[in-house]
Amino acid sequence: MSAPDADSAAALEVRDLAVHIGGLVALAGISFQVPVGAIVSLIGPNGAGKTTAFNVITGFMQPTRGQVVFRGRDLARLTPDRIAALGLVRTFQRTSLFAGCSVFDNVLTALHLRGRVGLLGALLRLPSLRREEAGLRAATREILDFVGLAGRADETAGNLAYGEQRLLGLAIALAAEPTLLLLDEPAAGLNPSETESFKQLVRRVRERGTTVLLVEHDMQMVMSISDEVLVLNQGSIIAAGPPAAVQRDAEVIRAYLGTGKRAAA
Amino acid sequence: MSGRIGGALLLVAMATLPLWMGDLYVLAILTSTGIFIIAAISLNLLLGFTGQLSLGHAAFFGIGAYTSALLSLGFDVDIGLADPVVVAPKPVWIAFLGAVVVSGLFGWLIGKLAFRVRGAYFVIVTISFAEVMRMVALNWVDLTEGPMALNNIPPLSLWWPGRGVITLATKAQAYWLVLTVGALCYLLVASVVRSRIGRALVALRENEPLARSVGVRVTHYLVVATVVSAAIAGAAGGLYAHCVRIVDPDVFLFIYTVTMVIMVVSGGKGTLAGPVVGGLIFGLLPQALRGTAPPEVQWIVYGIGIILIVFFLPRGIVPAFAGLARLRMPRALRPSAGVGS
Repeated sequence: MSAPDADSAAALEVRDLAVHIGGLVALAGISFQVPVGAIVSLIGPNGAGKTTAFNVITGFMQPTRGQVVFRGRDLARLTPDRIAALGLVRTFQRTSLFAGCSVFDNVLTALHLRGRVGLLGALLRLPSLRREEAGLRAATREILDFVGLAGRADETAGNLAYGEQRLLGLAIALAAEPTLLLLDEPAAGLNPSETESFKQLVRRVRERGTTVLLVEHDMQMVMSISDEVLVLNQGSIIAAGPPAAVQRDAEVIRAYLGTGKRAAA
Repeated sequence: MSGRIGGALLLVAMATLPLWMGDLYVLAILTSTGIFIIAAISLNLLLGFTGQLSLGHAAFFGIGAYTSALLSLGFDVDIGLADPVVVAPKPVWIAFLGAVVVSGLFGWLIGKLAFRVRGAYFVIVTISFAEVMRMVALNWVDLTEGPMALNNIPPLSLWWPGRGVITLATKAQAYWLVLTVGALCYLLVASVVRSRIGRALVALRENEPLARSVGVRVTHYLVVATVVSAAIAGAAGGLYAHCVRIVDPDVFLFIYTVTMVIMVVSGGKGTLAGPVVGGLIFGLLPQALRGTAPPEVQWIVYGIGIILIVFFLPRGIVPAFAGLARLRMPRALRPSAGVGS
């Protein structure tokens, strides 16, 4: 893992980001920062624009206006693969794997950016190819070890249990060596103990020097893991701050629970 | 591992075949089948590993055949300049390499064009491309002789220690030539597929958004695959030109592409051995039936064969048998305790 830029305090800076899809305003001009080394969560009701924000930040969608600045660099019009190469990598909300390949090959494939060998090297089977392959295989084992899937390396990815598939999704993203990792609802569908171990895993990812931006519905996870929470509702950020402060915010409570009197309880 | 040994044994058997089997007719059939297998191997790189269906693959084959034939024969063509462009006959191997390069260039062009519009549009672009090439070959009589065909194409030659330059004109020599080029193409595709590039191609086939999210450049790798695939198809076309020694516009016919697709799909797309197995079956089946059944029965048997394979072995012959071997293995190992992985 390469060290984040020392000169900029923000790993990610989003400025006035807006997305209009047809007549629908998916994002109405949001601005926020993700400090280097932090775990920041983006929460909000369904349809609030969380996944849209992820898609725009990682280049899968183009914004109507606004700017995404990653480690001091404007990401405008860069394709997802270029953005990944810069060190900004995401996971997907629905489990996303190379389902027909083995678990090992999933991670090996995802180490694409760490390889250098091109067509000529592959065709001529140069010695550098063998050295690089050995290195990539070692890195694959290391990553599988890290997420706890080492014992499942030879299994076909599509045959993994759901929880294991979520872990593999994380392993794939980690293989791309992110300095900023975007996790889209990693705990969705996990049972409480799986969620708890996933949480520990995210903490360890951060300890390895990776900044994390998290979209999550599991409030227990969000509130216990985040340094900062951003609340998105109907395309706008309605609250931001440390978990404890956000939990007390009147507007947040209204957005989540409605305006009934019991909401304050 | 056992696959590798089996492959080596098969190669030895194939290589020594002309020494212990004197039937020249069978040898000629194996040669032409071999040329088609090389084309199928190239198609498999696109269809099997990147998942893109090229239904104009005969175009690259035909371009290779025409390029190699024209370069080795020499040609003059009037393209509107003051003097016609005159190209003197080139040595056959230069012509052959020219075929590989020109086909590869067309592959690059088609790759760049077509992968902006993928899926069904890619299929349409490739079909149209092959049809346009056939029309060009048919109507640009000045260059291609049109339906009169290019005749008397020289065979490939080889420098052999002690014997100097020999032309590879006999049936056995042509057979060995095709076998050598075929084995080489197989190894080239195997090298690509087992490399980082191959993994990127499979990643695009399996899950494109995920592949992009970990930094795989989609267009780049699809173009690389098309270039390599087209170049190998061009090599097959070059072999065809110098072995059959006559090239007409029919090399661009849709049916040849369909034959390649059948070979790849029945053998097992996305497996290295698939096009070889499928190619041997569907290349030799019509010939095997020829002596034993009337033509209409031959085609019925051929058709039923395809339907049965698609129906019962939808992933192809090679994956089906590989799966069978994997099922058998643990059962055989289990009783002897402690053995196994």
